[in-house]
Amino acid sequence: MRPERVIRNRRVEIDDWRMLGVGDGDVGPELPAGAVAVPLAVWLARREELLARRDPVGVWLKPDDDPAALAPDLARLPLVAVHFPKFTDGRGYSIASLLRRRYGYAGELRAFGDVGRDQLFYLSRVGFDAFRLADHRDPEAALASFGDFSQRYQASVDEPLPLFRRRAASAEAARG
Amino acid sequence: MYRYDSYDRALVAERVAQFRDQTRRFLAGELTEDEFRPLRLQNGLYIQRHAPMYRISVPYGLLSSRQLRKLAEITRRYDRGYGHFTTRHNLQINWPRLEDVPDILEELATVEMHSIQTSGNDVRNITTDHLAGVAPDEIVDPRPYAEIVRQWSCFHPEFAYLPRKFKIAFNAAAEDRTVLKLHDIGLELVRNAEGELGFRVHVGGGMGRTPTLAEVVREFLPWREVLTYCESILRVYNRYGRRDNVWKARIKILVKSLGIEEFRRRVEEDWAALRDPASVVTDEELARVAAHFAPPAYEPPSEEDQAFAFAAASDPAFARWVGRNVHAHKRPGYAAVTLSLKRTGVPPGDITSDEMALVADLADRYGFGEVRVSHEQNLVLPDVRERDLHELWQRARAARLATPSVGLIGNIVSCPGGDLCSLANAKTLPIADAIHRRFEDLDYQHDIGELDLNISGCMNSCGHHHVGHIGILGVDKNGSEWYQVTIGGRQGRDSALGHVIGPSFAAAEMPDVVERLIETYLAERLEGERFVDTVDRLGVAPFKERVYGNGRELARAA
Repeated sequence: MRPERVIRNRRVEIDDWRMLGVGDGDVGPELPAGAVAVPLAVWLARREELLARRDPVGVWLKPDDDPAALAPDLARLPLVAVHFPKFTDGRGYSIASLLRRRYGYAGELRAFGDVGRDQLFYLSRVGFDAFRLADHRDPEAALASFGDFSQRYQASVDEPLPLFRRRAASAEAARG
Repeated sequence: MYRYDSYDRALVAERVAQFRDQTRRFLAGELTEDEFRPLRLQNGLYIQRHAPMYRISVPYGLLSSRQLRKLAEITRRYDRGYGHFTTRHNLQINWPRLEDVPDILEELATVEMHSIQTSGNDVRNITTDHLAGVAPDEIVDPRPYAEIVRQWSCFHPEFAYLPRKFKIAFNAAAEDRTVLKLHDIGLELVRNAEGELGFRVHVGGGMGRTPTLAEVVREFLPWREVLTYCESILRVYNRYGRRDNVWKARIKILVKSLGIEEFRRRVEEDWAALRDPASVVTDEELARVAAHFAPPAYEPPSEEDQAFAFAAASDPAFARWVGRNVHAHKRPGYAAVTLSLKRTGVPPGDITSDEMALVADLADRYGFGEVRVSHEQNLVLPDVRERDLHELWQRARAARLATPSVGLIGNIVSCPGGDLCSLANAKTLPIADAIHRRFEDLDYQHDIGELDLNISGCMNSCGHHHVGHIGILGVDKNGSEWYQVTIGGRQGRDSALGHVIGPSFAAAEMPDVVERLIETYLAERLEGERFVDTVDRLGVAPFKERVYGNGRELARAA
């Protein structure tokens, strides 16, 4: 079987994380070995136990989860993931903005679920740095879409200055 | 008008390349219809009854003559030689081939145009007053602010997959010509007690199935904060707006369900936490953008400007046109002129490629090469010398662009309806045409006086029927087409939503229904009262009684 792949920092890598409890799956009392991410509700219910675990533990959020609930723990989490049940559900973009800009999360921020190459540019702009595409989609082919645009009008996580400030700075530089 | 620099050009060119590749992948079967749909909608492309319907963005309704000539060329080459101006200042064409759309985008880019976010669940084209920059009653030209927000909203990464579409309008004038309170965000330029410029921020207006007037979320927002505050409003909407039911997904439903207090609290809380100082607009940026809208090289007034008054005195047809279609201008000696796209036998807002080219010539000859699109689906020449008015009128009349009906029943606003749009429940164009013919007599129209008549083919309300003095809505009952009538709606500062008068009617009855409403008004009106004022004073009852009760019974739905 082909290993699962993830786009991380714009490279395709073997995915060493398992998302538990997606869809109908429950998260049992015994977690499988290796790096796993649990739903927010499981994290909140079993926080002490999960923090004591030897293998890495991350948390994944549903679109209607409030990232504020995770704020106190963000510094200890190596991975936070946001699930996109449908790519047209844009709540995950605001979750990413909040995690990065409001709560200062600096670890891996992953988009997974119904994610395709045509979403990668915007997803990367709001702070996602890892992408697990839907299984039928080719992550290698998707890499090109990070370069869909060379410019950005707005400030966001990937670009702290809006274009109007960069325009002004480059005009200033041109004037010497 | 705003001209692209290398950044804007690069972005639009990259968008063309991106959409060309998406279209290629769709046609090659690499993208499913479900995957492609939101992508094509974000580029203004619908799949419609006969062919794709393609919507070209006209930011805040401003076109150069060069752009209009390009639209003439595109509609000739890729479509059937005409286009349709919408109530949101955009141009729709109905017969392009899907595989040609990337080429059309590329053509548009050569004149600094595009179709970005003219559909889809994103921030749509920004709209404003069609008289912006020339209206005597404005406190400041709103277009630089509209352009700053246009750039910010264009390709906004966080707000491309909202619960539903999102419309932002600007008004800076004493009179509201933007239907401001029927927008998701209405930004009204005001001065505070200290004389500082800012926005009164209205939120949660909209038409559709649940027509709602916007409420004020903030009385005064310093103008520099326009991007940071809009971002917080959009974030609250993106997070909490309903996604389970397309009919309840607009921000108006969220504002209603939370209440304006709680909605405001959430926005202010987000704003306090995430307001980005780098996104506070600078004086330098405002000056850079405003320079694009600097007044053209107006000439000082001269005695000749008065010549039009003499012509008007001796030519009643010209005088009538001046009375309806010529609008006051900031500068002495100048006027703004509506070129009417309301002609008997032609769908409201429709214009042929040849007419586009002609209007472009008129804009060069009688102005500074600029044309505006009004939300009432007409074109406006903003800077006409008064002394040229008579000559312009003769040329416009020869081209059937001088119907003197702005503000009258002949100025019917209508969406394309069931003849072209796959969303429609009923046809609108035959109704508009039949009413147009019934009231073609200009003396009668002028006697009736101010009357906005708006027709929509479905609840999406593209024809703005909720704010028509008479509003007509196409409805589907068991597979046949019926028309529901409202009266008492209005646009402007005192915007109001119309009241349904009763059961809906068959298509063939609509001219009689409108006639009976108007007869009631003519019989009851007091000196100086408009139709809508009489409705206000008397209520719906006498109108209803006359329409349903008196005389031959009209065919109506059970």
